[in-house]
Amino acid sequence: MSASTRGYGGAAAPLLYAALAGLAAFAMLPLVWMVSASLMPTGEATAAPHLLPSTVTLEHYRTLFTRLHLARAALNSTMLATAVTAISLLVNSLAGYAFAKLPFSGRERLFRFMLGGLVIPAQVAMLPLFLLLRELHLVNTPLGVIVPGMASIFGIFLVRQYALAIPQSLLDAARIDGAGELRIYWSIVVPFCTPVLVTLAIFTFMGTWNDFLWPLIVLTGDARQTLPVALANLAGEHVQDVELMMAGAVLTVLPVVVMFLALQRYYIEGIVSGSVKG
Amino acid sequence: MRHREAGWAFVAPALALILVFFVVPVVASLLLSLTDFDIYAVASRENLRLVGVENYRRLLHDPLFWVALRNTALFVVVAGPLSIGLSLVAALLVSDRAVRLRALFRTMFFLPVVTTLVAVAVVWRYIYHPRFGLLNYALGAVGIGPIDWLGDPRFAMPAIILMAVWKNFGFNMVIFVAGLQSIPERLYEAARVDGAGSSAQFRWVTLPLLAPTFLFVLVITMIGYFQLFAEPYVMTQGGPSHATLSLVMLMYLQGFRWWTMGYAAALAFILFAIILVLTLITMRLRTRDGAEATT
Repeated sequence: MSASTRGYGGAAAPLLYAALAGLAAFAMLPLVWMVSASLMPTGEATAAPHLLPSTVTLEHYRTLFTRLHLARAALNSTMLATAVTAISLLVNSLAGYAFAKLPFSGRERLFRFMLGGLVIPAQVAMLPLFLLLRELHLVNTPLGVIVPGMASIFGIFLVRQYALAIPQSLLDAARIDGAGELRIYWSIVVPFCTPVLVTLAIFTFMGTWNDFLWPLIVLTGDARQTLPVALANLAGEHVQDVELMMAGAVLTVLPVVVMFLALQRYYIEGIVSGSVKG
Repeated sequence: MRHREAGWAFVAPALALILVFFVVPVVASLLLSLTDFDIYAVASRENLRLVGVENYRRLLHDPLFWVALRNTALFVVVAGPLSIGLSLVAALLVSDRAVRLRALFRTMFFLPVVTTLVAVAVVWRYIYHPRFGLLNYALGAVGIGPIDWLGDPRFAMPAIILMAVWKNFGFNMVIFVAGLQSIPERLYEAARVDGAGSSAQFRWVTLPLLAPTFLFVLVITMIGYFQLFAEPYVMTQGGPSHATLSLVMLMYLQGFRWWTMGYAAALAFILFAIILVLTLITMRLRTRDGAEATT
């Protein structure tokens, strides 16, 4: 189909590209500048603004790891995001599959009730949750960060919508062959749901990696901090070190950006299926 | 294990976790908001008293609460439509089949969405720098004098809004693209047969059929934007002179800096109530729209 069938005349094409280019510049310039400034020698980014470094240096990245211990924060973030992703995948896929395919009394009512919880902002639960974790001596521990992310209503919803399409005959045949429910889950449901599980894994990993408020609250000591929290603290102390802070920003953003670029299709599909069916 | 019991067994871990770490805290939060829980109660529960709706009453007389509410509402009302509008424009552009490299443009527009908010807030803090920031440099080129974006109470909130629009427009774009794709091509053909030009097609086919997508986007954007926190926390600490203090930031300060947790819980519930009411209103629009469409 040509442009004109969607309502734009051929003559409008240059305008179209101008708009696209403008929007692309808006979206990309801050990120390009972030990368570029992180490679500039100290003091260059605060001189007259320019987009490309005169000489490329990695000294700021070295400083992040040697002097500022951001390696530790990066490791913390990686471990926390990985743990939350693994646990929540298991918990949410079991529940999502059950809500789709395993009949039990009160299932539909329970599901609708649970969906209602999506309107409640997470902040409402944070104060008592902090007090609860304090009683359990989980404040300033990795488990304290992980706990609220282990099950997610949205995750269950996402898996359920996908699992609805599992052919009932497939499950029945396995039961007749004498397969146990866990076996069916593992050898039929998980392979069938792999695309949505990849989507959920990306969402969860990125969400945990990028999260700020909860780790800020629950991780009170320096040694346990995640990258975003450590970066926010550094940004307060090193206001003048632009190049250094940009290196820190690149380090924080890079893993999620790479993950997104590699698995873009799953990520976008997840948003679309979560919204169209929601 | 029979599959009837299996159903309960499979949902049990998720339900238990949600119950203990979400439902119970939400209910406890409501109770907490009726107490004078503060730093002394953190030390010993004996210092805890029930005070009824006292926290809510005090909130309504707290100038800082009204400032935070006003700032948050301003942010939602301005940044919301701006980012949704830009999302729609971007979606129309990348949906146009005549455009080459559509996937590349879509990826570029989406990239800010996946970045870590704290990290890009640090980046934007320098973009807004009055002396060497890129923005003032660009504005200087067209003769607009240097603006102290984050240091001037008049410009701090607009600066945060611009950054939020940049960060978020790609998300709704993806949803709009899906909405546009779901419009059957034959409707455009029929419209053209009836002599509709491109703007008439947009007005009478695209917009009405995007209405459900619009409402959905409106709800999630509103819910997200009411929770404004990391941008002011990193870029302005709520200043200058409270110009960017948001409701969640005030809740954080009250609850976790000043340990007035009863008060902070009341604040959290007011935030929840606002979001709930606005969501319900929008949902009503949706059902009314649906009813019209089917009659």
